[in-house]
Amino acid sequence: MSAPAATAPGPTRRHVDHVMGLPVSLALRGPHAADPDDPAAREAWSAVMTSLRGSDALLSTWREDSWVSRLDRGEVSLAQCPPELAEVLALGEDAARDSGGAFTLRLPDAAGRVRLDPTGVAKGWALDRAARALEPLAGTDWCLSGGGDVLCRTRSRRTPLWRVGVEDPRDASRLLAVVPVGNGAVATSGTTHRGAHLLDGRTGRTARGVRQVTVVAPTLTEADVDATCAYALGPDALAWLRQRPGRSGLVIHDDGTTSTFATPR
Amino acid sequence: MRRISLWALSTLSTVVLLLGYRTSLEGPSTTAALPSYSATTTSTAGTTTGGTTGGSTTGGSTGAGAGGGDAGSGGSGGSSTVTGSVVQTQWGPVQVQLTVDGGGAITGVDVLQYPSGNGHDQEINAYALPVLVQETLDAQSAEIDMVSGATVTSQGYLGSLQDALDQAGL
Repeated sequence: MSAPAATAPGPTRRHVDHVMGLPVSLALRGPHAADPDDPAAREAWSAVMTSLRGSDALLSTWREDSWVSRLDRGEVSLAQCPPELAEVLALGEDAARDSGGAFTLRLPDAAGRVRLDPTGVAKGWALDRAARALEPLAGTDWCLSGGGDVLCRTRSRRTPLWRVGVEDPRDASRLLAVVPVGNGAVATSGTTHRGAHLLDGRTGRTARGVRQVTVVAPTLTEADVDATCAYALGPDALAWLRQRPGRSGLVIHDDGTTSTFATPR
Repeated sequence: MRRISLWALSTLSTVVLLLGYRTSLEGPSTTAALPSYSATTTSTAGTTTGGTTGGSTTGGSTGAGAGGGDAGSGGSGGSSTVTGSVVQTQWGPVQVQLTVDGGGAITGVDVLQYPSGNGHDQEINAYALPVLVQETLDAQSAEIDMVSGATVTSQGYLGSLQDALDQAGL
């Protein structure tokens, strides 16, 4: 697992919980991973989950009492919502603009009614925010995953990189690629687990053309948004990703072929 | 043509950055890191500003030079791909593939092969490339820490690869 020059990292300590209908996994390596009852690690993990639950209360379209649902129903104005909601919606507007409208914040719900839906931005943003709680774990490397999106942190050049496996869309029990990441994020968009739920905002129809998009970027907000945009763009995914600064990743086309890309910062 | 060369140089810089190279992007040693890539660019574009690419190539690593690239299968719309030969760098083997349109402009670059596991520069690690596995692997043999995939719900988590990883480390 480790590179030849890397020092022995000690055990990897893992935590798992669920929020927003997604599994959240944390892997820790280093001083705060030695003891399973390490108080600082437990406190940090608890703070991560508290932060994610706060994001859920803010952004969940599944919850009628979330701020975004109340805003969508016109019960509150944006100014009355926590300022973080405006921040997330602005990220979504940026993504819509940058993708020529393929990304959209307005998606139909199960009943077919078009709703304000920041789902394409929410997960990456929420995980980036929650991960701040892990920074106080001095000297400890961490890798945080929420529903298939992964954020990595290493504190030293002598510890191994985190190895993030990219799922094979044809067989979720297998891997297609491995991304070694020190500090950065990996997000994947596709329809393996939830069926055809990703729409092309330009047509309002199910996005087609690519089977899965994986994007590596400095933050999970960026990686998640770009993976969602690229998937929605379908046949234009790869050309679009190649215009995004400081990204790398993997596109799996509808015919099963793959393309790896990397762009300058 | 100068624009193309500069574009190629910036792409080259990216590839080199991925290898953890830390000197100036314009430095001669940077371009020397991937001699075969420079050669491929030259043969593709027909002409090049020699000072920026081929001119500073040392050619010390492998058979760099004009024969470094092999023309690949022609694509649709007049574009074609050019595959560079595998170059041994101090970080490991590197191979790139260029996509060139009918006018000779480079429209894309794919890294087919690159070193893995030793890109420890904290600043460049965010841009690590996915390493395609030769045969699709299961999680055990790939020695991974986490799984990135299309959104896994809590319902779908049970029995997933991530579930298996988490159970192994709990």
